[in-house]
This record gives sequence, structure tokens and C-alpha cells, in this order.
Amino acid sequence: MLTIHSKLIAAMITQALTDHPIETCGIIAGPTGSNLPLRLIPMRNAAQAENFFMFDPQQQLQVWKEMSARHEEPIVIYHSHTNSQAYPSRSDVELATEPQAHYVIIPTYHLYNEEVRSFRIVDQMVIEERVRIVQQYQPELELQMVA
Amino acid sequence: MSITVIIPTILRPLTNEQKRIDMEGAKVSEIIDHMEQQYPGIKEKLVAGESAHRFINIYVNDNDIRFQDGLATNLRDGDIVTILPAVAGG
Repeated sequence: MLTIHSKLIAAMITQALTDHPIETCGIIAGPTGSNLPLRLIPMRNAAQAENFFMFDPQQQLQVWKEMSARHEEPIVIYHSHTNSQAYPSRSDVELATEPQAHYVIIPTYHLYNEEVRSFRIVDQMVIEERVRIVQQYQPELELQMVA
Repeated sequence: MSITVIIPTILRPLTNEQKRIDMEGAKVSEIIDHMEQQYPGIKEKLVAGESAHRFINIYVNDNDIRFQDGLATNLRDGDIVTILPAVAGG
């Protein structure tokens, strides 16, 4: 199950709708092993495509180094689907490399009603999980949140 | 010529769970060949034909080798080679 603050959900949806019809992408970092998404980092989509995304490699290096220095990991890896349902595509599955991450998909096609869904992708297997949206974190954690 | 290589989570099962390994080599390709000797199976995860896999990012210090000489990129003593699988999908 993914437990996530409503402000982080809202920020992902806003970013996805702003970038539509180009796929949006990013991560939410959190303390290693915490399973708690805290710091939302929008990533540049180097593919600039309506049906594909790839994190800009230079930005990815900087963000990954920063996470390492802060003892963080990508708790959520998110991207949008601009004309299909919020379910991992074949390439989403083939290219998934973070088994501990929650892979969140935000549909921006109006038919799908912005229903954000979350998945684990491990060894090419997709498991959908529940998304529990909370209105607050513990106060000290909420101060660290970047949405 | 001692080079530090940073290994991503997904490849650590091949490196006895080591995150950083020290390797010798004057080019990125030599580093990968030496890694293959110590950690068999890692090369095919990184290289396709004459270049790095499309969805594997390799950096020397802060520079993506795509914008240098690819696997022929020269290394200097103390350089850090970082391997990061691209985050991508459809």
C-alpha cells in the first residue's frame, strides 16, 4: 500500500495536466527504508513524447547523488499516461528497475477521470496496490515535505 | 589507474551487494571488461554491441559518456564511474 499526502497527489496531477499532451515524470524521495514519500522532484522528460518518458540523464545523476547524500531513495516514481488508462505499459514493465518503489501513474485523458493508481513492478511482474491518501503527516515530517 | 565504480541497486546482486567497487582501467570499456572477470554476467547488462545499452546511463564523474567518447571515454586515476539505469517507460 502507498500512503501519501494529498498535497503530493495534487502536485503530481497539476504537473501532469500542465505537461499534457506530453508525458510528465518525476519522483518523490523519502528517507531510505521509510516507505514515506516526502520530497517531490519533477524530472525533465528527455523524450518529450506523448507516449514515452525518460528522465533527463544529467538531471537524474544530480538528483540521485543528492538523494544518496541525504540518505534518501525514490519512494515514488511517477509518470502520466496521456491517452490510455493508468496501468503500466509494456515498456513501463520492461524498464522498471526500482523494486522498492511505488510506480504511480496519472492519467490525463479525460475519460479516465484523473484516477491515480500505484503499482509495484518486480521481476517484470506488476502488482497493483491500494493508494491511501492522507490529509496530514506527523508535524515534523510535514515540515520536510516538498509538494 | 584506480577507478571507483558506483553500482545501482538492480545490479548489486551481481557484485555481492557492493555499492562501490574499485577497478583498474584506462577506458570505460576496460573497466567493464575487468568487472566482467570479477562479476560474471554484468557486462551483458551494460553493453549492447559496441555501445552502452540505450537505457543504461554511464557517467565519468559528472559527464554522461554519450556526450564524450562512449565506451572509449578515457579515464584518469581517481575518476568515479557511475552506472544508473535510466528511468523510462511509456
